[in-house]
Amino acid sequence: MRIAVASGKGGTGKTLVSVNLSAAAGLDLADLDVEEPNAFLYFGDGSSTIVPVSRPVPSIDEGSCDLCGECARVCAFNALVRLPQRIRVHEELCHGCGACARLCPHQAIEEVDHEMGVLISTASGERRLVYGRLNIGEANAVPLIKAVKASLAPGRTVLMDCPPGTSCNMVEAVRGSDYAIMVAEPTPFGAHDLALALDVLERLEVPHGVAINKAGMGGVDIAAMCAARGTTVLGAIPFSRDIAQRHAQGRSLMDRPEDRRTFLGLWGAVMKEMRP
Amino acid sequence: MKELAVLSGKGGTGKTTVMAALSRLAQGAVLADCDVDAPNLHLLISGDTVEEHGFTASRVATLDASRCTRCGLCAEACRFDAIRLDGPSIDRLSCEGCDLCARLCPVEAIAMRDRTSGRWAMTRTADGMMFHARLEPGEGNSGKLVTLLKRRAREHALETSAALLLVDGPPGTGCPAIAALSGADAALLIAEPSQSGKADIERILALCRRMNVPPMMAINRWDLHPGMAEELEELAREEKVPMLGRIPFDEGVHRCAASGRVVDAGPAGRAIGELWTSLQGFLRD
Repeated sequence: MRIAVASGKGGTGKTLVSVNLSAAAGLDLADLDVEEPNAFLYFGDGSSTIVPVSRPVPSIDEGSCDLCGECARVCAFNALVRLPQRIRVHEELCHGCGACARLCPHQAIEEVDHEMGVLISTASGERRLVYGRLNIGEANAVPLIKAVKASLAPGRTVLMDCPPGTSCNMVEAVRGSDYAIMVAEPTPFGAHDLALALDVLERLEVPHGVAINKAGMGGVDIAAMCAARGTTVLGAIPFSRDIAQRHAQGRSLMDRPEDRRTFLGLWGAVMKEMRP
Repeated sequence: MKELAVLSGKGGTGKTTVMAALSRLAQGAVLADCDVDAPNLHLLISGDTVEEHGFTASRVATLDASRCTRCGLCAEACRFDAIRLDGPSIDRLSCEGCDLCARLCPVEAIAMRDRTSGRWAMTRTADGMMFHARLEPGEGNSGKLVTLLKRRAREHALETSAALLLVDGPPGTGCPAIAALSGADAALLIAEPSQSGKADIERILALCRRMNVPPMMAINRWDLHPGMAEELEELAREEKVPMLGRIPFDEGVHRCAASGRVVDAGPAGRAIGELWTSLQGFLRD
C-alpha cells in the first residue's frame, strides 16, 4: 500500500507528518522530494547503500553519422543541433524519449547512461527509508522519482514524502497512490495552493484527505474549505513553538506522549478512510 | 537594470512575503512570480490585469481509436508509459510530447496537438508591473513558463527603464528554479533556521555557484531556533555569502497575509526594511 504525503505549497509540514507518522505507526518511508530530500535527517546515522541513477542520452557515432540532421529534426526538445562538422548533444535538454536513436537512418546513435542522481536506502530499526537525491544542475527530477518508486518493496505499506507544487514532480510522486494525505497550513497561501493540489488529486483519481498543520495559526478555516469541497479532514497538528523547535533540530516528536497521540490519531483516521 | 531572484531551496521559508515587502520598498520595480505551479504573490499584491495569454509550449499526442489497429508499436516505444492499449488511450499527464508514437504509427492514428498548459498575465499594481502565471493543475513545462515570464518582465523593465526586476522563485533545484536563476545578477536566499532549511540552502547555494549567480542570504523567523540561525550564519561565513539580515518571527506577518497586505511594519517589517538598506550596495554596483 502506498500513501502519499503531499501539499501544493512548500513548507506546510509534509516531512514533519511523514517522519512522525512513520515513527508512530512503524511504517516504511520513501522521500520523493528528490530536489530537496530531508526525511533522512530524521532517520539517524545507520548504514546506507547508495546506488547511482541514470537517464539515457544520445551519443553519436561520428564514424556512421553522415550529418543528415534527421535526429535534430525529430527531437522535440531541441537537445540535438546539427553543426557543419558534427551533431551537438545538449544532455541537459534531453528527455530520454529515444526518438533520435530509433529514427536515425544510419543507426549512428546509441543511448548511453547519464548519471542524474542517487538512490539511497537506510533503516531505523525495522523501518526502511529510501530516497533520491538529484544532482545539482539536473533539471528534470521525474526519472529519479520513478526510480525511487520502482525500488519500493511490494507488499509493505509505505509513506511517500512528496515534492511541493502541482506540476510534473508532484504528479509523478502521487500518481498511482492508494491514498494521499494533504498537509495544509491555515494561511491564505496554504489554502490557495491546497485547492490547486486537490484539483490535481481529483484529476488523478487518488483518494485523499487533509491533515491541518500549524492549526490555530494564520486565520484561515481549512476545515470549512474542506467541508465546502466535500474533502475529509483527517486531523490537526497544533501550531506550537515547541513542536516547531524540536522538528527544526531534526528531532522526532515521539518523545512527547501528546504528540505521539496526535500522529496515532491521524494514522487511525487514514486507516478508517482506506477501509473498503 | 538589476535582476534579483529570491530563492530558498526549501518551500515555505518566506520568499513571497519578503519579496512582496521588498517590492513595496523598491517603488517601481518590475515583479515576476516565477513559482508558477503554486503562485502566491498575487494574494499580497493585486491590481488591474492589462494582458492575459494562454501558454502553449509543447504538444500532446492524441489517438484516434477508430483508426488504431492495436499493433502496440507506440506503447512499446513510449518511454513515459503514456499509452494504454486497452481503450486505447493516451494519458495526457504522462505524455511528454516527444512525437515518437505519432512518427511510428503505421496507420496515422496518432496526431500531435498544441498543448495549452497554463496562462500568464501582466498586472499593473501600485508596487510595479507584475508578471505572473498559473499552470493548469498537473501540467508540466514550468521551466519554459518561467523563462517566458522572465523574458516578458525583462523586456518591460528595459522599456520602462526600471532599475530592478524582482523574481519570486519556486522551491527546489530543478527546471523552474534553474529558469528563475538563469541570467539573474544575484540571488537572495531566504533561509529557515532548521536542519531541513540548512540542507536545502546548501543545495541552492551549489546551484547558484554552478550557474555563476552570486548568492546573498537572509534568515527568516531566526528566533524560532537561534541555534540553527547561528549555524546558518556560520555556513554563510564559510561560503563567503553576504548575510544581509535576520527577520524575527512575527504574528503580524500572518495577519497581513490574512488580509492580503504587504508586511510594512512591526518587527518583521522593520527587519525587511533593514534588509532593503543592505541591498542598496548590490543595486548601486
